[in-house]
Formats: sequence, structure tokens, C-alpha cells
Amino acid sequence: MVNPGINRGKVAIVGAAESDLGEVTPGLTPMDLMAQASLRALDDAGISVREVDGIFASGVQTRMAGVHLAEYLKISPRYHNGSFSGGSVFETMVGDAVAAIQAGLCSVALIAYGSTQRSASMAGSGPARLIGIRTYDPLITPFGPRMPMSSYAMAASRHMYEFGTTREQLAEVAVSARKWALKNPVAWEKEPLSVDEVLGARIISSPFTKFDCCLVTDGGGAVVLVSAERAASLRRKPVYVLGVGDGVTHYEIHSMDDLTRTATIQSSTNAFAMAGITASDVDVVELYDAFTINTILFLEDMGFCAKGEGGAFVSEGRIAPGGTLPVNTNGGGLSYGHPGMYGLQLLVEAVRQVRGECGERQVADVNIAVAHGNGGTLSSQSTVVLGGADTL
Amino acid sequence: MGLDDRIAEAPMAHYQKRLEAGELAYQFSPKAGRAIFYPRIACPYTGSTNLEWRKSSGRGTIYTLTKLFPSNARSYAVALVDMLEGFRLMTRIVDATAEDVEIGARVALAIRPGENGDACPFFVLEGK
Repeated sequence: MVNPGINRGKVAIVGAAESDLGEVTPGLTPMDLMAQASLRALDDAGISVREVDGIFASGVQTRMAGVHLAEYLKISPRYHNGSFSGGSVFETMVGDAVAAIQAGLCSVALIAYGSTQRSASMAGSGPARLIGIRTYDPLITPFGPRMPMSSYAMAASRHMYEFGTTREQLAEVAVSARKWALKNPVAWEKEPLSVDEVLGARIISSPFTKFDCCLVTDGGGAVVLVSAERAASLRRKPVYVLGVGDGVTHYEIHSMDDLTRTATIQSSTNAFAMAGITASDVDVVELYDAFTINTILFLEDMGFCAKGEGGAFVSEGRIAPGGTLPVNTNGGGLSYGHPGMYGLQLLVEAVRQVRGECGERQVADVNIAVAHGNGGTLSSQSTVVLGGADTL
Repeated sequence: MGLDDRIAEAPMAHYQKRLEAGELAYQFSPKAGRAIFYPRIACPYTGSTNLEWRKSSGRGTIYTLTKLFPSNARSYAVALVDMLEGFRLMTRIVDATAEDVEIGARVALAIRPGENGDACPFFVLEGK
């Protein structure tokens, strides 16, 4: 039995919100945005901030994020978790929050994130330009990769070598994300993008041009979780946590055994097993597209297509609006925004799709949504399966 | 060295000392029967602290790569190289422009100083 201590459908996300996005008002701090998103998510849920007794927060700019958020909002949590595992940490924290609520460690769990990565890198020079800057590593630095881009680029190169994945197929991922973004009023990118524009752009780290790489924006988000019992009396349609799963294969890319197979295989296998679903049951996928290869790798590893067939799968508009599998309906890290870590935004969009409140980009009849987070350099992976009342 | 013994030499310090002496050193775990890289205090496969230092042949094959094109310098390839001894490392292929380097190419060790002066395991295309 997968995840025997927690149960499918016993905890629900009842509030979800973004902070200000894109390029926020100068001087705002990551904690300002984290608090804004938190209060918006609590308002969405109809729960007072005074009821929060579980805090889960993380960030690149915010050390001790959970403790800091407790101070900022004068919350005295019974349970708090400020761990860091890269952008997937917020999907991991959904599992942690489910466990904490089911174990009675807290009853109202707030998961929150905030970042001013764009503003900070525009304002500063030197180290301030690169948030989360890497220190000298004799196993990496002397060889001149641009991190993290070069790590993902090496995965893409290997995928192309082994499976014949093409440069055009990678571009299809960026083009599909852009088509979704044009339907999302809060997405950063506002202009159409073509395969030719992707291919013709400046090479960042081959095979990637700048359009294969995620944006650098400000932003944040928050979600609120309570027991299914409590959720039934709240004002929003509960979005139930059906399954969670995690996996780690390495920290740095030099220690990843197979650059074409990620820990998503493990995380999604466990999350889908707990949820009692297969890939074919999923109506919409929100996955961490820090780079175009991510979408191909994660769709393969989650079982939406066979290993090596991801390039063909994402082509011909199959993951774009009107395609057979809607992927990254908010525009993704590639075109909606990528505030340092993107994992929380995946949850917000997945919740909204299940609730059916996405307007022009709403996918019809969403019962099951997957939010899949990635952290580090394909290092940590976390899959969350969410569903509406019909899935219980 | 046993688990309860005080660690007498940092693994990465030993590795760097050997590089400065012109050798690419790696660890071998007799218990796991395989090479270990990067240098560490124990075998990650077995937990054994009984590790042997060995000298690499310096020969390997490019597993994957990425090419960078700085505006003010020569293009170059950063690669992950699978060494004959069964370990993998990150490196840069030197004495070649990025266009000359492909996955599957055989490469040979060329220890040279990095930007900070420390000896680093760069590689060149074999037979070039």
C-alpha cells in the first residue's frame, strides 16, 4: 500500500491565490508577497488568519520562511515546516500538510511562497543579480556551465541523442505554453510565439535558446488545506488531495545516473497509486516547465506517453489549447511567470481548473488535475493528484 | 579507515592534491565492487568506509553535453564524461570549438589550471 499513513480524499485545498505577479512595486519584500498571497488564499477560503495553526513556507530569498511568516502574520503555529528542496517543495508540502492534518498536528494548514527575484535582479549589480547564487564548486565551476540552464540542457541533449527528439519538438513546448498564456490575463507574456522564433533566438546553452528557458519574474502564492469534514462547510468547492508522491535521484546533474529518466517515475507512480488513477484519468496537467525538456520528460515519466515519445507527443498542438491533453494552462514557467520557484503556482492553477474558474483557458469537465513539481536540477520531484467531489 | 576513526584527510583535499600532482584520482569501493565519484568519506552504495584511491586512465566517452557561445570568447562544450573505470564527471572539452564536440566522442584527460589557479580535470578530443 502506498503512503499507508494518509488517505485519499481526507484533506482538501479550500483556498488558493497568487500574490502580485510579474514586476511588483519597487521595495516590496518576498515576505510582503508571501503574506499578501496568504491573506488572499485565506480570504478565498473564508477562514480567518487567526485560525491558521499550521505553516508551511519556503523560498530562495527567505531563510526560515515558515518562522518568518509566523512572525509577519503573528501566527503561533502548532506545526511548522520551512524546509527547502527546490521548486517542488510546495508539492511535497501538500503531502506533509495532509499528514499533519490527519495526525492532528494542525487543523488549518497554510502553504505559502513569495519572491522578488525579478525586481531584485534588476535593482542590483554583482551578487544581487543572481539570487541563490552558487558558490565555487571544484566539480562544476571550473568547467563553465551556466547553471541551472546547462544541467537541463545536458538532459535535453541526451534525450535528443537517444530518442531522436528534435529541436523543433522542444520549441513546440514553448509555443504551446505561450498559446495558453495568451488566454491568462495575469501571464507575463502577451505576444504570440512561433517555432521559428524559438529556433532563431539566442542560444543560452545548447540546445536551448532563450525561449526554452523559464521567465524571471516576481510573484508568490498560497493554498489553504483543512480536513474534508471542515471543507464541506466552507464557501468554495473543495479540491481534494487524492494522491501524493515524492522522489529524489541526485543533487547535482553530474550525479544523475540517467538524464532521460527522472524521479517523476517514482513520485507519479506513488501519487497515482494512492489516488487510484492512471494517466488516462487525468484531465489537466500542471507541471514544472522550467525548461522545455521538462515537459517532455515529465509527461513520459508520468506515463502520458512512452519513454522517448515525448517529443512527438507534445507536437501538433496536442498539449496546447484545444489539444488532447491540456498542459500548463496558465502559460507555465515559460510564459506565465517563474518567480524563483514555481511550484506553488502549479497548485493554484490546478485548484482553479478543478473548481472551473479559469475563464477563457478553462478546460471542460475537469475532475482530476495533476500538479507536478520539480526541484534543483531535475533533482527532486513531487506529484500531487487533485480532484473534485465526483472523484471521492 | 573505520567509521569510528577520526577522518585524517578530507577526500576532496586528497583529490585536489592528486590533481596538482598531475593525476585524476578516484575512489574504488571493494565492498560495492565499483568506482565512486565524487570523492567522499564512504561508499554511497554500501556505507563502507573502506575505500581505495586509484588513478584514472584519463580516458572516457562523452555521455552528454551542452555548448555555450559567449559573445566575447571562443565557444566551448561542457560535458559529462563516462570514464573507462566506471565513474562520471563534469568537465569542459578544451582545444576544440563547440562545433567539434559530439556525444559519444572519446576524450582524454588534460589537467590544467582553472581560473583560480587550481588544477582541474579538463579533457581534449582523443586523437586530435
